[in-house]
Amino acid sequence: MIAPTREGRTTRSPGSRTLAVLAAAALTLAACAPGSSAPPAATPSQPGASAVRTDAATLGDVTLTVWDQEVRGGQAAQMKQLNAAFEAKYPNIKLNRVSRSFDDLNATLRLALSGNEPPDVVEANNGRSAMGAFVKAGQLLPLDAYAEAYGWKERYPESVLRYSRYSADGKVFGDGNLYGLPQVGEVVGIFYNAAKLTELGLEPPKTWEEFQAALAKAKAAGEVPMQLGNLDKWPAVHVFGTVQSRDVPADQIRTLAFGRKGASWNTPENTKAAQQLVDWVGKGYFNKGFNGQGYDPAWQAFGKGEGVFMIAGTWLLADLQKNLGDDVGFILPPGATVGAAPVATGGTGLPFAITAKSPHPDAAAAYIDFITSAEAMKVLTDTGNLPVADTAAQKVPEGPQQDVFTAFGTVSAENGLVPYLDYATPTFADTLGAALQDLLAEKASPQEFLATLEKDYKTFAESNG
Amino acid sequence: MTQRSGAARPPGEPRRVAYLYLLPAFLVYAAFLLYPIGRAVHLSFFDWDGLSLGRWAGLDNYVAIVTDEGLRAAFGHALVLIVFYAVVPLAVGLALAAILHHAKVRGLGFFRTVVFLPQVIAMVVVAVAWRRIYAPDGTLNALLGALGLDSLTRGWLGDHTFALPSVGVVGTWFETGLVTVLLLAGMSRIPGELYEAARLDGAGAVKEFFAVTLPSVRGEIAVALTLTVIAALRTFDLVYVTTRGGPGDSTSVPSYEVYHRAFGLSQVGSAAAIGVTLTIVIFAISFGINRFADRSTT
Repeated sequence: MIAPTREGRTTRSPGSRTLAVLAAAALTLAACAPGSSAPPAATPSQPGASAVRTDAATLGDVTLTVWDQEVRGGQAAQMKQLNAAFEAKYPNIKLNRVSRSFDDLNATLRLALSGNEPPDVVEANNGRSAMGAFVKAGQLLPLDAYAEAYGWKERYPESVLRYSRYSADGKVFGDGNLYGLPQVGEVVGIFYNAAKLTELGLEPPKTWEEFQAALAKAKAAGEVPMQLGNLDKWPAVHVFGTVQSRDVPADQIRTLAFGRKGASWNTPENTKAAQQLVDWVGKGYFNKGFNGQGYDPAWQAFGKGEGVFMIAGTWLLADLQKNLGDDVGFILPPGATVGAAPVATGGTGLPFAITAKSPHPDAAAAYIDFITSAEAMKVLTDTGNLPVADTAAQKVPEGPQQDVFTAFGTVSAENGLVPYLDYATPTFADTLGAALQDLLAEKASPQEFLATLEKDYKTFAESNG
Repeated sequence: MTQRSGAARPPGEPRRVAYLYLLPAFLVYAAFLLYPIGRAVHLSFFDWDGLSLGRWAGLDNYVAIVTDEGLRAAFGHALVLIVFYAVVPLAVGLALAAILHHAKVRGLGFFRTVVFLPQVIAMVVVAVAWRRIYAPDGTLNALLGALGLDSLTRGWLGDHTFALPSVGVVGTWFETGLVTVLLLAGMSRIPGELYEAARLDGAGAVKEFFAVTLPSVRGEIAVALTLTVIAALRTFDLVYVTTRGGPGDSTSVPSYEVYHRAFGLSQVGSAAAIGVTLTIVIFAISFGINRFADRSTT
């Protein structure tokens, strides 16, 4: 408390004094803005190519803390194997691995990075709400000097690298500095149950028309044409992305999905895509109650033979193969004609990035180089993962795994990958997920659905400049 | 036995020493409760993404709670949940407790345990179990199918009309036991003479319930309502596990929005403002309930 002055010199009324105190309090409140204790948001200095050291063995004793999300079967296996090999090759570097599920990692990474001793290497989701926000806050190290020194640009095609590129202020996505390197590739396509197709007298569809005819035939035969579990909000994003990329030109989708100015959701092509999805619901092509079905139960049901098709990502391959064996097949979403250039939603697994405050960036870069090397790609293949580079060079047994490798190799070679739509704005995953649930339940018309998306996209693209 | 020796000072040590005894507890309380609350209030005046420098936003975040349709809806959903979490369990609990108390059934302890059991289970476990029950191929639909009511089956948690009530029913199932046991305890303290007197006056079972039982357990009702209303308003885990606020936004609730905005959308200021508002609403409602109960007991 401020002691009242005895002299009575103050001529101001007590009321005005209270006001002054309040104003002062408000000023202090406003002055100590949250985040002000964080380091200045200036971009961390880009180490020059000459300052970079690639001789990891001579870096002395170093302990690297690595946060990854490789918790499931094949993912965990490759990480364990590669980490052991890395420690064997560089006995002076110790790894302290912290592994969390995708959701948990996303929820905790933000706090960990804003602390004073963040982990050295982190797997950060590509999107604006994760990697973009971290770049903006100056928490990740630009890796271009290391890319130069290690030759990463030769190792990975630009179509892969651009998913980890941001401008230094975090505003432009898909262009600018390199902030991470992924291990695995992903592409969303169509899984099919080969045994069911044979029963129905069908071949894997070669055109979008054929695909829809197959859905109709499956429905008529009393099968579940397409398995979907959309309780978790995001799974339908992949289905919509697949349908959308049949009609909307790939460069428009890229503009929309990277959240850049110059495109619109309110186009006849987008309307057609949304309408097609609603038609599929009307025709009963999805399993009953799909909005109330969880994602995991849905693909598990597909694995047990419920459903002829399922639009989903390659990451489900190992699990589906466990149940269906060679009866599971995978194709890229077919185009309008047999020879049409392939276009599919997809990209990379989460990229590994180096934190700006890490005291051992050279060792961290050596680690990232090691787990993305040609040998690492082989380990990834052997453990049932889809390596993001050298995909065509890998030898895999014929069958579903080869389907997936061929599909990814084809689409990435022909530059046909379009980004996940939820990358667009920090809030878009949520906006799109909820809007799709409304659309699929016919609570919103295709026009209303697109208006919702347009609002989020435009608001962000305008303010982002 | 009043000893007024000299100064008009209450007996014992000087009053101020008492504050010294309070100090350790107060420090803990301040460090882990008052400071975080103050910090949350502070943050709620900023537009902050949790990482970079915040921007002073004044009352914008609070204005948004009133003007943002989605947020208004979230508070509306919380009010609907109060019906399922507090009102229904109270009605069911009163009936159940009255019957159990009156009938002097054998194995009362057993029933009490069974009814109370949901309270013992962690909410996340409850939510996972109910998620399976409500699944399109889950127990509820199987049951309806067996009864020949196939037309009623649906993906309960994915249905725009039924998702919120479905979540609410879990709350009812969860809270009824607590309310029943609380009321049973209250009823066991009612002196038997009151019932005797009522019966002598010719009251039936129903009249007896309204004239004797109900007024006597007013305190317990207030406690039960306070606990369950607070539980309803701060529902988070149930929504997080079962629907994540979906389908669309039809089951989003304030607590979920706090988490979602802070960790999902990086709108920490807005999240803090919702949290502060929710705290005030909870405080006001429980204050109201207790005032009501106090007034009616005196």
